[in-house]
Amino acid sequence: MAVNYGSKRLATGAHYGLRDWLAQRVTAVLMALFTLILLEQVIFTKGPMGYDKWAGIFSGQCMKFLTFVVIIALLYHAWVGIRDIWMDYIKPVSLRLSLQVLSIVWLVGCAGWAIQVLWRL
Amino acid sequence: MTDLASSSRAKRPEFRNINALSDLPSYTLPPAGIVSILHRVSGAILFVLMPFIIWMFDTSVSSEFSYARFTHVFSAGVGFVPGWFVKLAVLGILWSYLHHFSAGMRHLWMDMNHDAVTKQFGRSSAQAVLAVSLLLTAALGAKLFGLY
Repeated sequence: MAVNYGSKRLATGAHYGLRDWLAQRVTAVLMALFTLILLEQVIFTKGPMGYDKWAGIFSGQCMKFLTFVVIIALLYHAWVGIRDIWMDYIKPVSLRLSLQVLSIVWLVGCAGWAIQVLWRL
Repeated sequence: MTDLASSSRAKRPEFRNINALSDLPSYTLPPAGIVSILHRVSGAILFVLMPFIIWMFDTSVSSEFSYARFTHVFSAGVGFVPGWFVKLAVLGILWSYLHHFSAGMRHLWMDMNHDAVTKQFGRSSAQAVLAVSLLLTAALGAKLFGLY
């Protein structure tokens, strides 16, 4: 990759922002598919949903794999969205940087917790 | 653009130096504008309430005992928070997710389809998003509050 840090950092030019824009779309599609899969499992359970059926959905390795992918996808998707919000409304750089750091800490913590829950099963 | 010499319509209202307190309340956004800002708002709500969502996942999926506690929270509340408030918060999360999902689908459709980027489609698709998300929220909310 070309030098894009320090004094040579570029925040403009062709394709700048393309990666994040595309990542938001791709992660959105992944999460939409996961939503449909989960909905299908929930809607088509025979009888009332109890603990066994609910935890059973997430106990298979395949579902754990998908859920993990979705958690990572959500992390990136949410980061792009929240970064856009800070970028649009917070002009002072120090405040914006602090909020970005807090947002990343928030998101990474949430992702870690969710992964921990998933693998306790 | 309208030629000044032949302009016969009344001049459209101009909004310069928008003052939050005096101008914003008289703004009427088109349906697409409403969908757009709500897309952002719903995303922010989901971001802020993410720990609560994960807590619900955690409690519901960890053990039989915690699952019972999970269902109990919806009727008896947790700590000083009453059950109906928990249900209200979950309704908020439901609406946020449904709106964000529907508006997101609209975005994806506009990204993929050139015919979707006309003014007319912008209007009709925005109305459809609002209708679908509000109807589904009402349906799921009724189930949540035990109406059926």
